[in-house]
Amino acid sequence: MSEVAALPNGWQLIVGLEVHVELATKTKMFSASANRFGDEPNTNIDPVTLGLPGALPVLNKHAIELAMRIGLALNCKVQPCTFHRKNYFYPDLPKAFQITQYDHPLNVDGHLMLPGDVRIGIERAHLEEDTGKSTHFGGASGRIHGSDYSLIDFNRAGVPLVEIVSRPDIRTSEQARQYVAELRSILLAVGASDAKMEEGSMRCDVNVSVHKPGTPFGTRCEIKNVNSIRSVGRAIDYESRRQVDLIESGGTIRQETRHWDDSTGRTETLRTKEDADDYRYFLEPDLVPLVPDQSWIDAVRAALPILPAARRQALAELCGVDKDGESAIVVVERGQDDYVREVISAGGDARRAVIYVQQAFAEQGASPKVSAKDLAALTVLERDSKVTSTQAKTLLTDLIEAGGGDVAAMATKRGFEALDTSAVEAMVDAAIAAEAGAWQKYCNGEEKALGALVGAIMKSSKGKADGKVITALLQAKRP
Amino acid sequence: MAEKISQETVIKVSRLARLSLTTDEAEKMTAQLAGMLEHFRDIDALDLADVEPMTQPYPLKNVLREDVIAPSLDRDEVLGQAPTAESGRFRVPPTIGFDV
Amino acid sequence: MQKLVEIASGVSGGTLSASEVVEEYLKRISARESEIHAFNLVTADQARHDAGKIDNDVKAGKKVGALAGVPIALKDNMCTRGVETTCSSKILQGWKPPYDATVVTKLRNAGAVIVGKTNLDEFAMGSSTENSAFGPTRNPHDISRVPGGSSGGSAAAVAAGFAAASLGSDTGGSIRQPAALCGVVGVKPTYGTVSRYGLVAFASSLDQIGPFASDVRDAATLLETISGHDPMDSTSIPQPALSLVSVLDQGVKGMRIGRVTDLPEGCEPDVLERLEAAFDALRSAGATIVDVKLPSLQYCLTAYYLIAPAEASSNLARYDGVRYGNRVDAADLNSMYAATREAGFGEEVKRRIMLGTYALSAGYFDAYYGKALKVRRLISDDFARAYQSVDTILTPTSPSVAFKFGSKTDNPLAMYLCDVFTIPTNLAGHPAMSVPFGVGADSMPVGIQVLASTLGEQVMFKVAAELERAS
Repeated sequence: MSEVAALPNGWQLIVGLEVHVELATKTKMFSASANRFGDEPNTNIDPVTLGLPGALPVLNKHAIELAMRIGLALNCKVQPCTFHRKNYFYPDLPKAFQITQYDHPLNVDGHLMLPGDVRIGIERAHLEEDTGKSTHFGGASGRIHGSDYSLIDFNRAGVPLVEIVSRPDIRTSEQARQYVAELRSILLAVGASDAKMEEGSMRCDVNVSVHKPGTPFGTRCEIKNVNSIRSVGRAIDYESRRQVDLIESGGTIRQETRHWDDSTGRTETLRTKEDADDYRYFLEPDLVPLVPDQSWIDAVRAALPILPAARRQALAELCGVDKDGESAIVVVERGQDDYVREVISAGGDARRAVIYVQQAFAEQGASPKVSAKDLAALTVLERDSKVTSTQAKTLLTDLIEAGGGDVAAMATKRGFEALDTSAVEAMVDAAIAAEAGAWQKYCNGEEKALGALVGAIMKSSKGKADGKVITALLQAKRP
Repeated sequence: MAEKISQETVIKVSRLARLSLTTDEAEKMTAQLAGMLEHFRDIDALDLADVEPMTQPYPLKNVLREDVIAPSLDRDEVLGQAPTAESGRFRVPPTIGFDV
Repeated sequence: MQKLVEIASGVSGGTLSASEVVEEYLKRISARESEIHAFNLVTADQARHDAGKIDNDVKAGKKVGALAGVPIALKDNMCTRGVETTCSSKILQGWKPPYDATVVTKLRNAGAVIVGKTNLDEFAMGSSTENSAFGPTRNPHDISRVPGGSSGGSAAAVAAGFAAASLGSDTGGSIRQPAALCGVVGVKPTYGTVSRYGLVAFASSLDQIGPFASDVRDAATLLETISGHDPMDSTSIPQPALSLVSVLDQGVKGMRIGRVTDLPEGCEPDVLERLEAAFDALRSAGATIVDVKLPSLQYCLTAYYLIAPAEASSNLARYDGVRYGNRVDAADLNSMYAATREAGFGEEVKRRIMLGTYALSAGYFDAYYGKALKVRRLISDDFARAYQSVDTILTPTSPSVAFKFGSKTDNPLAMYLCDVFTIPTNLAGHPAMSVPFGVGADSMPVGIQVLASTLGEQVMFKVAAELERAS
């Protein structure tokens, strides 16, 4: 995807992200109904979920455990915390208040690293409960405006959430996308959530403002309904331009919540601050403080897996690739870095191993069918110039299709053998003589002539000459 | 403590509480609340600067529950008590002027 | 009229028939209920069915509970599965909960026979039961007078012999004050000793369920049964049921009884006379009377009438016509909310929701709710200091005997003053109970309030038992 041009006229983008994550617990935050996506409406309900008279909340221990994992993986401080009521009226909010955390959240002051060693501060990661789900009928496109009525399903009401609030340290839409992607991989790695944006188990609200460096931050707008990593980028690109255009034409930014429409690629006003509710936060009297003791915190920290950033670092060092590069990112994301290690242990060439896996193993999952030993053998064949890189690519496909096998035999069967260097040199000398015109041009500095020469030699060798070897020889022979 | 409560404030508060007071009710309510709040000014005499608020009568902490599923309430029994239900869900009028 | 303990032991011992007992109570209800209106709902058929089952179990040699065959009435703000629970409000008229409150489950497991749901001030907000949407309850001693509130129905039910005992809820005095006005025993236990799961919330940090009974022993027995840790209530104290009956005869010799010297004014002379008589009785029984000061007492009314409505405004926001209760339809959601709540709530409820919403709102929080929480700390500290020199404290329960209908309804503040002696213990989370101790003006009952510190129920009941012996 192409990078969008930076904002014009010296404007700087300021972005903060609020990500809501549904935790992978069996039951809800404050009651024992099942926490399950996709069940028949209103089949995971109880007095607390429905906000029935007389219902009382009781904290889910496993939700705390998962929330602590998130906090510690984000380098937060885990602290004694309390719960507050956030009061407002909405049909998918069964008690007419949401139990959340206000001035004493569970996790504070963390950070997340982006590629290029960019550090994004995490202000807090706190616990709260999810709302039910409203579906609107009668209006256009299921949107709320102009609808005739709504139907409410409370299966999701009470599902445990962690809200992760970044500091406004993000400066480009690319960074924002990287932040969401990295956060997602951390959540998956620690087992806190399945973080599926398309199912709503991870939801992003994006806060965007613009300013000129050296001046205070501008008024920010909150953007909702951003349902994919790609939309995060697109919404930021649109909104930042909108704000710059508005300011430059003499307007002022109104602090408001806007709705991202993915089909039109625009944000629209949803709610202004004048309509905003006064939430009347006060300490939840039906709950008591949560004070995780040090031994629990230490146990959670000790049980954390190696996080994606550390795994990319380790893989990069092992294979001589860039830790922020495509191969490290992709291979770790797929969980195939341990497999690469096995290939290397089986004698494989490290750099080739990681590149092969990145390029060809997209469908293979964390435990590829091709044995580490077989893949190792292929990397060695190419390293030792027994096959050309083009031939190696073909063999790789063969290997994957067959689910493994004896690569040397496969190469022989295909009639693949790389010509040794002296044979190639003979072909190069013959071509220099035969293609005198092209050779003259190349010697005069026309780099384009090189390609024609290489192509001709490869063709006459019926693919047995390695293109890299040919190129190196021609370059060396040029006076 | 704040100045005397006005009818304008009372109407704002009534909207916050989703209570639709008639003009008479709002007037009466304003007078009554003003009277009460005047009486409640007695606590202004206290020096509370160094006093910790008390929110819990009994000091408990860390009350947690194991993550074990309990059976759901019966949907029919619950929806049978709903003012309006449809397709297994609770039905409400459109939310004009609201966000998603 | 029989005592709870007599019924229970008789039924479980096979000498008494639960069916006959319940029939007796149902007859008394038929005779006088139209006059008293203690109940929103009499569950006669179910009661007969339950009593019959108890008798069969006893005959079959099966074990029955500690309250076997005892007719009990429940305040209509406790959820009873499949049985209408209205909180005496139009907004919940016709609502049948899909679950039982924990106390209801405990009563059923103990073999109690629930005879009906009693009338209350709407959503437990009031001191006279005049705020019920379904008409007031009348004091069985004088039907021109209120029974007190908010648990007026439960108090009257016991006073009139409609139930051997009943349960009420107490947020600012709503068990103790009606107990005093109706001449029965009423107990508010330590906050956290009785589960609130299934009690329709008024003010979450103040509400407690407690028993009404015709004597101290019955009250103690019932409280033992309903108390104890409940994992469904996060504010439930993690300890087993209270043990009370065993200490009732231990007397008060050597106990230090506190007399509050800075009691708020407004107590009627006939009530004060009974308080003096109570002190005399305890002194004669070997206790010492010690003066104590509770300087923050005078600010308790303010603190309570900021904290309770604030919590209530949040607790009652769920009555929006979406999931249960009575809805008034409208073209859009906000209008539906407003119309539903306007039609469904009475004046006092609306007033407290307004007061509470205001006290919590932006710009006013620190001045009102925030300050009130600090005053709460002050009274808690005052009590802590006092209990260093005394074991228990005695005060009047109510400033006067039962008053006439309509005599306090014009001025809400006048009604609030009924709770001036009961509110402090709710704020502190302490236990307190009202014990009938003679009569006052117009031969109406007077109740004396016995206070104790956190989990001081045993001390409290010993004193109450002594007062009862002397009354």
